[in-house]
Amino acid sequence: MPFSSLSQIKEQLDSGSTTAVEIAKIYLDRIAAHNDTLNAFVHIDPKHVLDQAEASDSYRAKHDPRPLEGLPIAVKDIFCTQDGPTQCCSNILKDFHAPYDAHVITLLKEAGAVLVGKTNMDEFAMGSSTETSAFGVCRNPWDTDAIPGGSSGGSAAAVAAALTPAALGTDTGGSIRQPASICGITGLKPTYGRVSRRGIIAFASSLDQAGPMTRTVKDSAMITAAISGHDSRDATSVNDAPIVDWLGACDATDMKGLKIGRPKEYFVDGMDPEVRASVEAALKQCEALGAEIIDISLPHTEYAVAAYYVIAPSEASANLSRYDGVRFGHRCDNPEDLLDMYTRSRDEGFGSEVKRRILTGAFALSSGYYDAYYLKAQKVRTLIQQDFLKAFEAVDIIATPTSPITAFKLGEKTDDPLTMYLADIFTIAVNLAGLPGLSQPCGFANDLPVGLQWIAPAWREDTLLSAASAYEAATDWATKAPAKFGGES
Amino acid sequence: MSWEVVIGLEVHCQVNTKTKAFCGCSTEFGAEPNTQTCPVCLGMPGQLPVLNTVAVDKSILTGLAIDAKINLESKFDRKNYFYPDLPKGYQISQFAVPIVEGGHIDIPTEDGEKRIGVTRIHMEEDAGKSMHEGLEAVSHIDLNRSGVPLMEIVSEPDMRSADEAIAYLKQLHQLVRFLEVSGADMEKGQFRCDANVSVRHPGEPFGTRTELKNMNSFRFIKQAIEYEVLRQIEVIEDGGEVVQESRLWDSVKNESRSMRSKEEAHDYRYFPEPDLPPLRVSQEEVDAIKAGMPELPGQLRQRFEKEFGLSPYDADVLSQTRELSGWYESLVAAHPADPKRCANWMANELLGRLKEAGKDISDSPVSAEKLAGLLDRIADNTISGKIAKDVLDAMMESGNDADAIIEEKGLKQVSDSGAIDTIIKEVMDANPEQVEGYRGGKDKLFGFFVGQVMKASKGQANPAMVNQRLKELLKG
Repeated sequence: MPFSSLSQIKEQLDSGSTTAVEIAKIYLDRIAAHNDTLNAFVHIDPKHVLDQAEASDSYRAKHDPRPLEGLPIAVKDIFCTQDGPTQCCSNILKDFHAPYDAHVITLLKEAGAVLVGKTNMDEFAMGSSTETSAFGVCRNPWDTDAIPGGSSGGSAAAVAAALTPAALGTDTGGSIRQPASICGITGLKPTYGRVSRRGIIAFASSLDQAGPMTRTVKDSAMITAAISGHDSRDATSVNDAPIVDWLGACDATDMKGLKIGRPKEYFVDGMDPEVRASVEAALKQCEALGAEIIDISLPHTEYAVAAYYVIAPSEASANLSRYDGVRFGHRCDNPEDLLDMYTRSRDEGFGSEVKRRILTGAFALSSGYYDAYYLKAQKVRTLIQQDFLKAFEAVDIIATPTSPITAFKLGEKTDDPLTMYLADIFTIAVNLAGLPGLSQPCGFANDLPVGLQWIAPAWREDTLLSAASAYEAATDWATKAPAKFGGES
Repeated sequence: MSWEVVIGLEVHCQVNTKTKAFCGCSTEFGAEPNTQTCPVCLGMPGQLPVLNTVAVDKSILTGLAIDAKINLESKFDRKNYFYPDLPKGYQISQFAVPIVEGGHIDIPTEDGEKRIGVTRIHMEEDAGKSMHEGLEAVSHIDLNRSGVPLMEIVSEPDMRSADEAIAYLKQLHQLVRFLEVSGADMEKGQFRCDANVSVRHPGEPFGTRTELKNMNSFRFIKQAIEYEVLRQIEVIEDGGEVVQESRLWDSVKNESRSMRSKEEAHDYRYFPEPDLPPLRVSQEEVDAIKAGMPELPGQLRQRFEKEFGLSPYDADVLSQTRELSGWYESLVAAHPADPKRCANWMANELLGRLKEAGKDISDSPVSAEKLAGLLDRIADNTISGKIAKDVLDAMMESGNDADAIIEEKGLKQVSDSGAIDTIIKEVMDANPEQVEGYRGGKDKLFGFFVGQVMKASKGQANPAMVNQRLKELLKG
């Protein structure tokens, strides 16, 4: 049971062979058993979980079940929830309780989901390994000495070890797809504007987007269907976004007529040869399923990381100014004056990676440097968007490795931020272009999971879901789970 | 050598919307601190701004009224600085592309009208208020004002004296009130001004400017500018150099002091606000706002002079606010026979009495229709102008209409020749010597008889008839 997919659990609930409370207990027991090892959850309130499950069971007794009725879903510590603390895994928000739910949390509740708890993450989502969390590192269920990826590493590890059947993450430069790849699960980043950002603690506003992390493609579709849609209180949430047949798109079993672009910039020397071999094998499989593989070029790919590390920190430097010790969050003891309160509160509250990004961003925006950094990065962003538009004239979808590497060891890259930043090299361009992207398991390298990344034109999540569903149906990678936690590897 | 003063002004004007610029909180002034706040204007994590379109429409209307260009696509930017009354640590403003660009305001000067250029009007949000006075070792913050919409109206450096600066501010102040886009109450901080001041010898390039801040009345602004001009001239004439800095006006000490130098100036690190898409308005929307634009004070003044034959003074008084001009037009509509009489009675008699009572035209106890009723009784000779003033006093007091008061107090003018003849005869009987004198050629005595008759009639006799009958009867 614990390694069942969301849709399998739903079938059991709908057939009456189990209850939401029973399901909740199974996962609460697993969290109790394994969270000390993994540190995937940073907050869990078992009583509150059982209360929600009971409420769901009584709802089901009286009404037709809602789309996610009784299904446990964990959420990253970046989503504001009225229940329990919302801390973004930062000391500056230690014990912060939001007086509101993020819009997507409201939607999950309305869909009948049972919210399991808050998952670990890099502080303010700044990191690729969940090592910058103020609440301790999170471990990869496939190798507990290795990182789970990041920044949504807690959500990824929790799903991979079946401490929850599904979780929400956020993706600013790959923070859903990269940890999904590293932990061997499926993660979907929707088109920018598809999902409301209201109540999600902002990292880089023009890039952030929430999405599901699940065992299967269909599970991701179920959750995205529930959380997407216009929110009149988020001006960047799109009002007239094309509607997707989320579940219908997952019925695909072949790829006949599908033109898949294979960008040469994503298959390069220097990447892990075993990772490359897994992804190449996946593309062969796609061909066998009827797809046509077309070599394409996204010529500005090499500038994506540099542009991202100007734009995201610039926006973050402003987004994080509100943590000033005045109204909420950490305030230093006995400040001498205003400046002392600001500097000590922020110095004590923020970790070093967050400080590094605030400083980088403030520098990039400062007078005399704006044109050379921020403005130039925005121009690169436009060129990257154009690369994709041009590519999608010839192909329906693009396939790449999600990450050039598999999980590395804890602490291996913490002293070298630039190497760490390269972990997101294949996921960042998707955010800069605002496109939907999906990562699904496609094999193992060095005994660790490898992810296949699909990239579709804006609003064509259906294309992503169909391709990924066909691939998933033809392979058994999605059924693999770490033996150490009771899975079948 | 003579000195020339160069002044440019930045006016922060609160836009009078019901709700704040980016959230649904009330903008009402004077509420208990921090009672008109929500997670958005408190800058809580994850909260996002949604633009108030009423503020957009009012900014566009203001732009149209100064003959400016409306940018159909404008953009919001973040202006970054730390201060406890700025919850997000940045202010949402418009930097690169404001909603309004170009335009002008014409001001009266001794040499006739002068055109002052307006560089731009951009939309932004107000900060909260910090309170330090009377507090020991702490400051208090009230965030009710946080997020109230502002227009920042930036002029060209076109003013050449403190008087011109004040004339510009008064025109602008009148305009925003007239357009009903701002309460513009300076005491409530709804209309605030910063002045950029420099001096030079005529024909030379601009001198180094200083920025004067924190001036909340026309009088202080004039004093502050005049003080600053003299200070700068003195610095230069003593062989020094003016330092580019911000200076704070102290209205108690009547002097300014340096607030921060150029070196200490903020680097606001402006960049595009990623939470708000570009602000797009259609030409049709702009045209609709233009179609709904009221006649502006200058246009009204001209029309009142031309259409109703008013004096420039009366036309000016009655076009000061939309309420005044509207009131006057209702009065004329109710008493169409004599628009000039309407203007005289409204501008001199009614407004004078309201001013004494400390009231506005909006709380006048006498409506336009009721004042027209009074003017009708003058026109049809029921009462004289002199009596009418007493009737107006009574109307102000009771709010009753003119006819009721005339009836009640028996003030109806006596136009019955028999009754007038009786009074004249009594006066003649009481003053036989004067009658004899008049008949002997002392024409000047006629005025004496008019006075006596009017007195005896308690002012109610029709003066024209008194004249006519006196002439007849005195002939003998």
